[in-house]
Amino acid sequence: MAPVTALGETPMAASVSGRRGMQARRRRRLNLFRYVAFTLFGLFFLLPFLAMVRFSLEGSKLGTWSVSAWTQIVSYPGLLSAVEITLELAVITCAVMLVLLVPTMIWVQLRVQWISRTVEFLCLLPLTIPAIALVVGLAPVYNRIRHYQLSALQLFWAYVILALPYAYRALSAGLVSIDVTTLSEAARSLGASWFTVMVRVIAPNMRQAILNALLLTTALVLGEFTIAYLLLYTNMQVALYAISRNTPNAGVLFSTSAASLLFALFLLLILSYVGRRRRGRG
Amino acid sequence: MEGLRRHYGPVVALDGVDLTVGAGELVALLGPSGCGKTTTLRLLAGLEDADAGSITVGGRDITHVPANRRDMGMVFQAYSLFPHMTVRQNVAFGLRLRRVSKAERDRRALEMLDLVGLSQQAERYAHQISGGQQQRVALARALAIEPQVLLLDEPLSALDAKVRAQLRDQIRRIQLEVGITTLFVTHDQEEALAIADRVGVMKDGRIEQLGPPTEIYSRPGTSFVAEFVGLSNRLAGTVSGSTVTVRGYDLPLVDLSTPPGPVTALVRPEAVTLASSSDGESGPLTGTVIAVTFLGATSRVTVDLGDTTILAQLPTSDATALSAGSRVTLAIRPDPVLVSGAESAAGEE
Repeated sequence: MAPVTALGETPMAASVSGRRGMQARRRRRLNLFRYVAFTLFGLFFLLPFLAMVRFSLEGSKLGTWSVSAWTQIVSYPGLLSAVEITLELAVITCAVMLVLLVPTMIWVQLRVQWISRTVEFLCLLPLTIPAIALVVGLAPVYNRIRHYQLSALQLFWAYVILALPYAYRALSAGLVSIDVTTLSEAARSLGASWFTVMVRVIAPNMRQAILNALLLTTALVLGEFTIAYLLLYTNMQVALYAISRNTPNAGVLFSTSAASLLFALFLLLILSYVGRRRRGRG
Repeated sequence: MEGLRRHYGPVVALDGVDLTVGAGELVALLGPSGCGKTTTLRLLAGLEDADAGSITVGGRDITHVPANRRDMGMVFQAYSLFPHMTVRQNVAFGLRLRRVSKAERDRRALEMLDLVGLSQQAERYAHQISGGQQQRVALARALAIEPQVLLLDEPLSALDAKVRAQLRDQIRRIQLEVGITTLFVTHDQEEALAIADRVGVMKDGRIEQLGPPTEIYSRPGTSFVAEFVGLSNRLAGTVSGSTVTVRGYDLPLVDLSTPPGPVTALVRPEAVTLASSSDGESGPLTGTVIAVTFLGATSRVTVDLGDTTILAQLPTSDATALSAGSRVTLAIRPDPVLVSGAESAAGEE
């Protein structure tokens, strides 16, 4: 049998395979960078949190484990009611935020785009105002409210203002990602009223953005201290601060803070799950 | 539509549009970007308000009726399916707004999806079907509510050429089957000429000419129509009586009231025929081939006549014998021609 001579690669095939090899190397380098960066930042955020959880599970003797710091949360009645008030504030703030902001932003996008810059400016304004300045402005209002013996739940007005920039950005990102004009015109041509357009066509396509806004608002309310403290209301952070000043029980401080962070993480996981489920479905 | 006017600040989008569409008719509005064709459609749909004029449908004045009460189905240029609903839910949406029972909604939705050939995709979402399928679902959704008028705003422009041709024919088939009055807006003359009963060519907010496709193409009323719809050669000629003499050829006029004298005749490339010639022959239509452009079944040949260039459209089988530099002799078929500098009054039939 005659020997077969290998032809070898043509110049064009050689350049294509060379390009593919370069892309594969670039992809590997990028993946390596991603893993390294993710690990470093993950450790940066996770280590203090794990340390906090470990400290809250520390027993009376060093190196032992105990859940007493967690079970003692309920022994501080002020703390429990403060947690309850904070959770209620989170719910009310989220509800008011959504009712106020979602229809307004959709309406501005659909019908009065010329004031969108003004709305954006107003919503982002609280970012530039320090909490202490906000308190100075709100104090006369809250003094009047206190006169009527209304509870700390009235803090939701201030929290709505504080959360506006974050909720606005989250909702704005959601609005930009859908063709609001075409969808609304299609719905109108089929017989939908403006209310139906907003509630049954636009808002359902902003689910992810709305969830993002809810998460940011909740996280803000759970972590808010300055305004509540200066306006002489007691929320969870103020109660924790009082515990830290009045008792040496650092374990309870850390267990409550860890619980608050875990709650926020739980909300984030729900958000991711709903978002992923939605992307798979449509 | 009578005397419709619309302006956006200083820009006049519509400048007195009058258009009557008969029951069951498909009228295409054709024109370049900014001519006012989409504005006309949007005024009819109620998505914008006219500054002046009136709109009547089935004898009812709907000029000031809001869009959601005009009983019109519309298909948009951009994909407009609701992303959070399945194909079936999209099609049933309008019926749900009309409080039709669930059983009847589902029946009608599947009937419409059958009509457009997509009943197998009923439970999919918009992002799971192709662009052409999305537009077919949009058509089914618009038809499901049994509208009085169907409005199509360049529904094919986002699709590739082959899908566009298929869907265009399907739209026409469905329109004829359902018998619905339709207004179709497009900038693609092939689409307009292929499916419309009448074509309205628009320019600067007015309808330049309205008529059957064959008339628009072969008897253009203005030089704009002649040059926008198909290609035209601009050749010097002289009008005398009912003909214009162009390079020794007497061609009949579209507009017999054209006054005598020098004019520019607009001659279609397909009216120009070619025959190869050997060196030494000359005549008023003898020239040198500059380029041969392959277009598929036909080819476009550009010839330099010395004082001007001329385009001829030939079957590719005839054009393959030609190449750049060859000498050719031309002939012009005696089709009616429009002359510029003497615009006809044939704006409407």
